[in-house]
This record gives sequence, C-alpha cells and structure tokens, in this order.
Amino acid sequence: MAPVATPFFFYLFAAIMVIGGIMVITRKNPVHSALALIVTLLAQASVYLMLYAPFVAGVQIILYAGGIMVLFLFVIMLVSIDRSIRERQFNSQWVVGLIAATALGGLFIAVYTKGTNIFPEHALSIVESDNTQQVATMLYGQYMFPFEIASLLLLVAIIGAVVMAKKRI
Amino acid sequence: MESMLHITTLHYLVLGAALFLLGVIGVLTRRNVVIVLMSIELILNAVNLNLVAFSRMWGGLHGQIFAIFVITDAAAEAAVGLGILIAFFRNKETVNIDEVNLLKW
Repeated sequence: MAPVATPFFFYLFAAIMVIGGIMVITRKNPVHSALALIVTLLAQASVYLMLYAPFVAGVQIILYAGGIMVLFLFVIMLVSIDRSIRERQFNSQWVVGLIAATALGGLFIAVYTKGTNIFPEHALSIVESDNTQQVATMLYGQYMFPFEIASLLLLVAIIGAVVMAKKRI
Repeated sequence: MESMLHITTLHYLVLGAALFLLGVIGVLTRRNVVIVLMSIELILNAVNLNLVAFSRMWGGLHGQIFAIFVITDAAAEAAVGLGILIAFFRNKETVNIDEVNLLKW
C-alpha cells in the first residue's frame, strides 16, 4: 500500500519531536522533562513507522516510552527535587556550551549541504509485510553472537544498578 | 518546493541532527543530573533515527538491528546511570551535577 500524505506527517512528527526536545532541556521540573521526552519518543516511533520499521517502532514504544521512562520517573520520585527546582537551572559554563553546540550545528549544516548528492533521491522499495520475521531471522542467525553479548551486558547492568543503589551490600 | 514535498533520507538526517544538537545542549548546560541523563537519551535516539533512515536508504535491515542493540544499550545505561544517581543523592542530598567534584583537584 502506498503511503498517504507522507510529507505532512513527516513535518508534523518532526515538529512534535523538536518541540518535545526543546521542552526536555528547558523545563525546571524533571517530571515535565520526562513527560516531554515521552512525547518525543512516541513521535519518533511514528517516524520509524514511516521508515518501514514497525518492529523498531514497537520496541521504541514498549522499551523506551514504557520501560526506561518509568525508571526515570521512579528515580525522580525517589530523589527530592524541591531544592533543585528552586536553584539555578543552567550551569556557569552555559555560554561555552552553547558556543560549542552552535559550532557542532554549523558542522552538521556544512556536511549536509556539501554531501547532499551522496544520498539517493528515491529510496529503494522494500517488502513491508514481513519486517519482524526478517529481523528475528537476522537476530538469531547472523547476529547471534552480538545478541548474546547484549544479554550479558544487561546482566552486568542489572548487577551494577543493584550494587550502586543498595545502601549496604 | 519540490524538495520540501519529497521526503528523502536527508530530511531524516537533518531531524536526527536537530535532536542530537538539543541533546548536546542539554548535557552541556543543565545542572540537574536527571535532565542530563534524559539529554543523553535524546542523543541516543538521534543516532537511532539516523540508523533506521540509512537502513531504509540501503533497503537492508542491518541498521534496524543495530538500532535495537542501541536501545538495549540505552536501557543498560539508564539503569546504571540512575543507580549512580541514587548513590550520589544518598551521599550529597542533591541532584546538582556541579557537586560531583570528588575527583577534581
């Protein structure tokens, strides 16, 4: 099925993502930042759907918007934010930080305006029906070893998080 | 106008670059550790967007697989980072990142 009104939805979700990102880095209250980040992540899942990546979109919603953000909200509830809300929100090096970020933005603009012709005008047409099957076949076939390493990484992260957060081991 | 209405890989890359920049600004300027960690999540998401866009451009699935690995990594990073944050808050009673100066001289 041909996609419908792709430019409209792309610009809509891009605007939602950028506005959400700006909200994340400007809000005083971390809970508001977390909610803005959730909006950004959901809009990004929609952009993944536009890129014919439904499995990544599902993982994004379940794992990022569902799992990681709940972790963030729990930690925000555990630490007391009353004092930090009343404090100054930006550190004393914020001018230098903005200058560095502007330089990085200039670099991006230079690279993307000079390198426009590297990217093909029309994307390849791919089969959109069996994305999840193909991802599973590749994960359990070609990418078996990285997959196992990822599970080891998660085990290490679980143990590390428990060791860090526990009062006395 | 024609290039505005036809969404190419470059559009996705520019969106990813914008998100990356917002994340970098957040990491460099904010004092609250929780928001710095959220900015790192923004950066990782920008990278994921680029990976999936390139995956679409080449018609393969390697980029999507790598994006899934990056999401796994982000989960591990968030768990350990927030664990460190809790340990830090227990010791200093603050979430201000400027107070993390024990190893400074």
